[in-house]
Amino acid sequence: MKEVELNTTTINFGPQHPAAHGVLRLVVELEGEVVQRAEPHIGLLHRGTEKLIEYKTYLQAVPYFDRLDYVSPMCQEHAFALATENLLGIDVPERAKYIRVIFAEITRILNHLLNIPAYAADIGAVTPFLWCFEEREKLLEFHEAVSGARFHAAYFRPGGVHQDMPEGMEDKLFEHFKTLPKFIDDLESLLTNNRILRQRSVDIGIISKAEAIEWGCSGPVLRSTGVAWDLRRSQPYDAYDQVDFEVPVGKKGDCFDRYLVRIEEMRQSISIINQCLNKIKPGPISIEDNKITPPKRNQMKKSMEALIHHFKLFTEGYRVPAGQVYSAVEAPKGEFGVYLVSDGSSKPYRCKIRAPGFAHLQTLDHLSKGHLMADIAAILGSLDIVFGEIDR
Amino acid sequence: MLKILNKINGINNVKENNNLLEIEFDKTNILKIFNQLKDNVNLNFNQLLDITAVDYPSREFRFDLIYILQSLSKNKKVILKTLIKENENIESITNIHKSADWYERECYDLFGIEFINHPDLRRIMTDYNFEGYPLRKDFPLTGHTEVRYDDLEKKVIYEPVKLTQEFRNFDSESPWEGMENKLFGDEKSTGED
Repeated sequence: MKEVELNTTTINFGPQHPAAHGVLRLVVELEGEVVQRAEPHIGLLHRGTEKLIEYKTYLQAVPYFDRLDYVSPMCQEHAFALATENLLGIDVPERAKYIRVIFAEITRILNHLLNIPAYAADIGAVTPFLWCFEEREKLLEFHEAVSGARFHAAYFRPGGVHQDMPEGMEDKLFEHFKTLPKFIDDLESLLTNNRILRQRSVDIGIISKAEAIEWGCSGPVLRSTGVAWDLRRSQPYDAYDQVDFEVPVGKKGDCFDRYLVRIEEMRQSISIINQCLNKIKPGPISIEDNKITPPKRNQMKKSMEALIHHFKLFTEGYRVPAGQVYSAVEAPKGEFGVYLVSDGSSKPYRCKIRAPGFAHLQTLDHLSKGHLMADIAAILGSLDIVFGEIDR
Repeated sequence: MLKILNKINGINNVKENNNLLEIEFDKTNILKIFNQLKDNVNLNFNQLLDITAVDYPSREFRFDLIYILQSLSKNKKVILKTLIKENENIESITNIHKSADWYERECYDLFGIEFINHPDLRRIMTDYNFEGYPLRKDFPLTGHTEVRYDDLEKKVIYEPVKLTQEFRNFDSESPWEGMENKLFGDEKSTGED
């Protein structure tokens, strides 16, 4: 038998590495500087979310969803709320739907405002990071105004949202989103035609249409290949069928296309928010069934029944009819789904979380083969990896 | 679409529920079924979204194995379910859907279901050298081992879990509805007086 001498170097990338976007351990096999194989080792942030949820009531499970993809918390609560509502067979009021869409889109902008500069920072740009964080902070104030928390909001709850937007919030949002398009233009002037960004991202990490579908890609990664697939459009939930927006697609499916898709998605999000602000009307923000949503605080001071409802809801919780459901939302990173099985008690029997990043990270070996080691940082950044959701 | 699905050999029960198809199938025909679901132009379920399992320890067929597929052209999602015993294994579908690779690894890691002909069936979520299958219902929420950095040995060491307070799982469901637990002394009152 002929002996073959392999002249490859194996290096360990991460888990402590700024371009790994969290705790990713990557075993990379290099020939010279060319990647032969990149094998991600994940699970370093595995916290057993799915197991924990089996021991919590449906309401107590909501905050776990904020902590999955901690860059886009509200979209994930959205998926869980939709799944639970589906099993309960309830429909939330009109105003709650609009509020949810507004905040899901704010979250999408927040997510992209982190991903784009982080991606740019991975390949050499520093300024966008500082710019975007200022802008993110302004948007997070809206999160704080409705829920009291900047990130871990627990705002979208089965049955509606936790509380109404404070008075004057619509006007503030309206004013803010007048200024944001200018900011995106400025951001683009720094990046889109930047020679370094183009050199580092055009034709890097190309994935074809068929491959993207085959590998289970969704969100901007799938759209960058030219597939106009968006769950907000194809399987609309809440008020997405009431608004008009465009689904940006790429041509080649390389890192640069993924960047451009995200930029355009932010513009579309602003347009969706503006349309919602025009259409939203005063009204109830959660279903008025005290068997599922708690009574208001002032009622509890006067009404015995309200007090009993409150006590029952926060100890036993509500019981959900037995059944199974899969609900998915178009989270900023792609299709975020919740597969929920209920056995008729007040705790989920099984709650499987389908994270878009899990499928995307799986393609890394395929995407980086034949590229240089330095391109791995660009590919990872453009896939928008967050380990909270991948490791769960 | 329901008609075509019902014709596929091995598919037993097709239900439609809010744009979501639910199917039960027989695990011996798994490769044929998934091939047909993917290749039949009228179905075209070309994207595998997820593989997972649900544990029912008291049943003979302990696990529900769940596959979630999506058809982009037909805009449909389908949940496929098959039953599997504790020590049974099932054919891997990595040759049909590439994305099944990690999903099957995850399922193996968390439930201990083995997939035949999987290219690289290793643990994925849990720690290196982890023992047990965490998402099984008989695996304790607190786990079996905990880790800490040992100053004397200068390394991270594994120890059995020590709980300062006993693990409490509050069963807050109303005791007045559907009481099944027999109380001490109940057996005396069963006879007729």
